[in-house]
Amino acid sequence: MVSPDIVVIGAGVIGAACAEALSAAGARVTVLDRGAPASGTTAAGEGNVLVSDKAPGPELELAQASRKLWPELLAALAEELGPELADAEWEPKGGLVVATGDESAAPLRDFAGAQRAAGVRADPVTAAEAGALEPHLTKAITAAVHYPEDAQLQPVLAATALLAAVRARGGEVRSGVRAIGIEADAGGAFKAVLTDRGAIACAAVVNACGPWAGAFAADAGAPIAVLPRRGMVLVTAPLPYTVRHKVYDADYVGAVASGDADLQTSTVVESTGTGTILIGSSRQRVGFEERFEVRVLAELARKAQRLFPILARVPVMRAYGGFRPYAPDHLPIIGADPRVPGLWHATGHEGAGIGLAAATGRMIADLYAEKETAVDASPFRVDRPAVIEEVAA
Amino acid sequence: MSRTVVSSIVVIGAGPAGLAATRAAADTGADVTLIDAAPKLGGQYHRQDARTGDERFALPAGVQHLRESVVWAIEPIDGGHRAHVRTGPADSPDRTGTSIDAAALVLATGAYDRALPFPGWDLPGVFTAGAAQALAKGQGVAVGSRVLVAGTGPFLLPVASSLVGVGAEVVAILEANAAVRGWLSNPFGALAGAGKAGELAAYAATLVRHRIPYRARRAVIEAHGADRVEAVTTARLDADWSPLPGSEKTMEVDAVAVGFGFTPQLELAVSARCELRDGFVVVDAAQATSVPGVFAAGELTGIGGATLSAAEGAVAGAAAARHVGAEVRPPLQAMRRIRSGRRFAAALGEAYPVRPGWRTWLRDDTLVCRCEEVDYAALRGARNDRDATGSRSLKLVSRAGLGLCQGRVCGANVAELSGIDDPAAFAGRPMAVPLRLCELAGADPEATPEIEPGVKV
Repeated sequence: MVSPDIVVIGAGVIGAACAEALSAAGARVTVLDRGAPASGTTAAGEGNVLVSDKAPGPELELAQASRKLWPELLAALAEELGPELADAEWEPKGGLVVATGDESAAPLRDFAGAQRAAGVRADPVTAAEAGALEPHLTKAITAAVHYPEDAQLQPVLAATALLAAVRARGGEVRSGVRAIGIEADAGGAFKAVLTDRGAIACAAVVNACGPWAGAFAADAGAPIAVLPRRGMVLVTAPLPYTVRHKVYDADYVGAVASGDADLQTSTVVESTGTGTILIGSSRQRVGFEERFEVRVLAELARKAQRLFPILARVPVMRAYGGFRPYAPDHLPIIGADPRVPGLWHATGHEGAGIGLAAATGRMIADLYAEKETAVDASPFRVDRPAVIEEVAA
Repeated sequence: MSRTVVSSIVVIGAGPAGLAATRAAADTGADVTLIDAAPKLGGQYHRQDARTGDERFALPAGVQHLRESVVWAIEPIDGGHRAHVRTGPADSPDRTGTSIDAAALVLATGAYDRALPFPGWDLPGVFTAGAAQALAKGQGVAVGSRVLVAGTGPFLLPVASSLVGVGAEVVAILEANAAVRGWLSNPFGALAGAGKAGELAAYAATLVRHRIPYRARRAVIEAHGADRVEAVTTARLDADWSPLPGSEKTMEVDAVAVGFGFTPQLELAVSARCELRDGFVVVDAAQATSVPGVFAAGELTGIGGATLSAAEGAVAGAAAARHVGAEVRPPLQAMRRIRSGRRFAAALGEAYPVRPGWRTWLRDDTLVCRCEEVDYAALRGARNDRDATGSRSLKLVSRAGLGLCQGRVCGANVAELSGIDDPAAFAGRPMAVPLRLCELAGADPEATPEIEPGVKV
């Protein structure tokens, strides 16, 4: 067996995007997953490729780059693998953010104004225009903003299409292999990834373990602060075309940026390619507790029903949950770990990993090749206080 | 809106196991609530005619019976569990919600019968054996006038008998395994199943009286028809269930009832986080699961039939009563019946397994998931081309198991076809049954609903 140049740990969408970008740049890549690929956080995501929920700043810049990159990447994969194997249900459907209370109308307008200044298309619309965009939307809205750039894809298809490309280029994807640490040579240079199936010699390792990235980082001797944040999503039975955009309540923005541990929900309602409607999303800091709480589902349902009264009698077929990885300062962690040569991290994307994956993969590949990155990578560097010092403390 | 009530013991399922558990617990004086989806008691095994007003079973005084009620979620609370219940006909917009806080739960949710896919199995006129029997017993309806019964296990006999009882002609019974004497000849099994011998003799007499041929080592491998089933191809099987070339025969039928054993209805046990082994709930000698205060009885713990289920139910009910502080005499007789019943069940399982050759019955375009219309080629592609090696990614890539049945029909088959070595891989369903969004919105007893669930829109 030929040794890989780089081993990526974690075959979720972030790991897959890193592996794809590194292999596109000519590296031989092996992707490991302790379970099945695309079965953790990626499988629990709604497939958001959003610019609308981000305030101006480094994460918005990364999101804008990723929004531009995703369709190009998927088109290139379709060219390389054929349309079927590269299909990821990409849908540039646009987003519609609505305020339903008097107190949230002005903050929404201000937020959108700041985003416009940062180059986001954020078009204020009247209630009547919002009703034309979404005929079944509640009439009780106080402000609305249309974000034509917001898009959606099916995250498991996207991740597995990226992995298929890695394999087509001579790389390897191995399920059921657990990474347990790294090995350095006598001089301290990186030598191999250690797994429960033996050591794999390579030049570098990318830690893309999502909410479990902190554990691997600790095993590799360079702990980072990555914490899980629980989320639940409801899925309805398939419906005729009822919801056209990604529609969400303006309080979503506040929930994303918050570090509050208790339950937060904000309504996100959207159709999928198969006609089901996804209703999200909740945010809770409960560790890796998988317990299913009725009050969380009830609150999601109440808020979705308030936004789309027509959905009241629609059957909800299932509910699923997952864990988002977040850093204490709510920014992704992307880059080389200065403490351990050969160790790289790509994690901490919280609820935005699907959208940010394309640009994250490209950033890792560019940094690895010591090329200039399309987006300033320094805000995402590993050795920032929130990531390293909070662990030490 | 949901209201909360308190009951010491909640029994879920009113089949043989649940009924026995309810009686055993109520006999100790404990306060018991029995919840079941059907309007009448008895479950699938004792399914009663839904058209008449009489009730065959009586419950001890004081037992609260929630009929036409489904438990859609279980949550742990201090000192026990909370069962979230909806009451009313399944398709009714006016179901009401209750949440019941219980110190002990007895899960007796039973099993549903398993169908294996074959070309044409999705044609109208192909039924599961359980559905054919439920229609016959519950509604007096025959699924066809010329019906073939096929599959494996002794359950095929009562199904054929029920069909004859409602006027259908049963053209044959095809048993994919070797003949029935296999387990009767096992001395332990025969002993434990002594009670069964009379029952089987009665079915055998029905077969003879109606001249119904019983063919072992034969199965339906294809159903034909334009809009509904008109004919089937059957074939003789080798020991692994691969069809023997040249043994194919065609029969004209207008309905087929297929049953290949049973799949336990595990979602509530999974929600309560009970430990599973080989696809069944692990219990100790008192029918206690790995979760304190949660007991399980009947087909959830292993497929063993009504007698064993009732014995397990009696023990589980007594153990649940003991758990809530009632004075209980050890149910020694029921425990003995469980020991012998399990020998019988083991012999049954050995004689009537599902063997791997069924996978060769499928063609590329044979549907493996009917809800989402996923064919075998697509399922293989998901695994081979898209790295979908786990149940979660397999569902999301292939869509198998994502439809209305949520994998209840196809889950075990999809897992087996995809090399996922866990029969319960598709059994986790945090919402055990679908709920309307408005029902879910009103489901939290501690919240004040902003919109009443019965709201008209």
